Amino acid sequence: MSVATAFFYLFSGVMIASAFMVIAARNPVHSVLFLILAFVNAAGLFILLGAEFLAMILIVVYVGAVAVLFLFVVMMLDVDFAELKQGFLQYLPVGALIGVIVALELILVVGGFAPSPGAIAAPRAPAPADVSNTMAIGLVLYTKHVYFFQAAGFVLLTAMIGAIVLTLRHRPDVKRQDISEQNARTREQAVEIVKVPSRTGV
Amino acid sequence: MTPLSYSIAHSLPEIILALGALALLMLGAFRAGKGDWIITEASIVVLGIALLSLFFQLGERALIWDDAFIDDHFARFMKALAIGGALLTLVLSREFMARARIDFFEFPVLVLLATLGMCMLISAQSLIALYLGLELMSLALYVIAAFDRDNVRASEAGLKYFVLGALSSGMLLYGASLIYGFAGTVSFTGISQALNGAPSLGVIFGLVFVMAGLAFKMSIVPFHMWTPDVYEGAPTPVTTFFATAAKVAAVAITVRIVITAFPNLQHEWRQIVVFVAILSMALGSFAAIGQTNIKRLMAYSSIGHMGFALVGLASGTEQGVMGVMIYMAIYVLMSIGTFAAILSMRVGDRYVENIADLAGLAKTNGLMAFVVAMMMFSLAGIPPLAGFFAKWYVFVAAINANLYFLAVIGMLTSVVAAFYYLRIVKIMYFDDSVRSFDRVNPEVTAVMATMGVFVVIFAAFPGPAIVQSAAAAAKSLF
Repeated sequence: MSVATAFFYLFSGVMIASAFMVIAARNPVHSVLFLILAFVNAAGLFILLGAEFLAMILIVVYVGAVAVLFLFVVMMLDVDFAELKQGFLQYLPVGALIGVIVALELILVVGGFAPSPGAIAAPRAPAPADVSNTMAIGLVLYTKHVYFFQAAGFVLLTAMIGAIVLTLRHRPDVKRQDISEQNARTREQAVEIVKVPSRTGV
Repeated sequence: MTPLSYSIAHSLPEIILALGALALLMLGAFRAGKGDWIITEASIVVLGIALLSLFFQLGERALIWDDAFIDDHFARFMKALAIGGALLTLVLSREFMARARIDFFEFPVLVLLATLGMCMLISAQSLIALYLGLELMSLALYVIAAFDRDNVRASEAGLKYFVLGALSSGMLLYGASLIYGFAGTVSFTGISQALNGAPSLGVIFGLVFVMAGLAFKMSIVPFHMWTPDVYEGAPTPVTTFFATAAKVAAVAITVRIVITAFPNLQHEWRQIVVFVAILSMALGSFAAIGQTNIKRLMAYSSIGHMGFALVGLASGTEQGVMGVMIYMAIYVLMSIGTFAAILSMRVGDRYVENIADLAGLAKTNGLMAFVVAMMMFSLAGIPPLAGFFAKWYVFVAAINANLYFLAVIGMLTSVVAAFYYLRIVKIMYFDDSVRSFDRVNPEVTAVMATMGVFVVIFAAFPGPAIVQSAAAAAKSLF
């Protein structure tokens, strides 16, 4: 067994186990942490495949942004997961039945699968030897695919404008901190000296 | 690789719209003042420049941006309709948005971005470009449908449109992935070359899903359910935009994809188009009869009209495509005119939308009543108004393609539809007046009157020009 095969089994085993723990963990925060573990192992599998760019993107985007967002949501929303799991046993028979049907269908489909002879014979796109994955994406992203890249950018910009337009409310009645205004205050504005005659009070 | 300057020259309208939208977004964000109309006026100017730049595009056809984008006569014709629709929408929107207190600068910017998406969609030459254009258009449309966010009906309209639109995007993507899997390419010309033998089942599945996704955007039966609610709930200028520019873009890409990517599957897609065209014409005619709200009535009317437009596509011939293009041009004219009239229906500083509010309009506002009557006669397809010519061209194409059954059903349903159009004329001219409408801004009246003139004298102007350019444009697809 080569080192690569050993690592494949290691990453896959840990990934399946942590994926199971995502749905099995009682504490939702633990679920999210197991999800991160699953992502990291998937990134390891990508590196074994030679797709180092996808591995990095997976870590940066899914672990760095999506999973942390999940963590925020889980911590900020007070979701009672114990209550959500209450009906689990009640729906188990129906769920098991559907699961068995889907499994049977999958077995039938996968068992009957035969690749078309043309698909095997068809030549794949040749992979140039002297260009790494990341470099290959860099070479075409801003040149060949610049139109798609810019179009996707406009789609995201539109989504951002939409989110702001539909949810941002300017509330004049809320007191906000304005640091420049605070710093610009002079002694005359902030302090008032009052002569208080004795025995009368303010 | 095509040279960059060549690519930029042939996508000039899109670049003008994109840069205009970005610049106005910045301007609006830094001005941070509500109710100033500079952004709307500047957006109208940007749309006008983009429209003008279309007329300076040269050459028969240009494949640019690495074969993702095509600039041909068909694209220019449809883009002129979409940009024109957007421009007139913004002209009509000013007064309404100010009175509804939703005159934020984001509205014209989102209209610009939606128009950019429409132009990209119309010029799409690959499945990826199609999807990106469609999403850019749809995302902006979801937001402006819910633009009156404190209004429950507008929020409901936006949410409903968003959920169903996301579903339709998913179906379209699924179909696109199947087509890519079986054809091995995303480019339309590549697909048509790859599918030259007997079509496999997978490709037909993909075609059906893509057609379903596009039918959502065109609001074709059986994917029309969102239309009446969204038309009624959204602010009226937004409804105008939905009924004109958005419809043009969706119809344009449907025509382009079936004609250029699936010419060898004509037998398959013709069945789908004939089926949904018959259902749309029937539903558009019968379901509108019981409506009391004029925006809902226009929603059902638009479903029916999309069915009529698809009759031309069902023929699958150059003549049929020309019919669809003429139909869309005339439909945009009629819709803008009708919605300008709806935007003039204001009583005591409140906009009203019931058909009954039009009672006795002939006595209180003769000009408006005349224009609305002409629009209704035209929508019903009564000669010699514009709507008659629209139906004439698509039905002639259908008959030349031996689709007699489809043409007969189309004529019968248009007779049924004439009932509810003529009922509005009857209410305006023969019922007693309840109250008269307030005075409206001159620009709304001007747009309404101009569209009325176009519809009435269509056979003299702009009819011949439209027919001529539509004929040249249809030729560029084949």
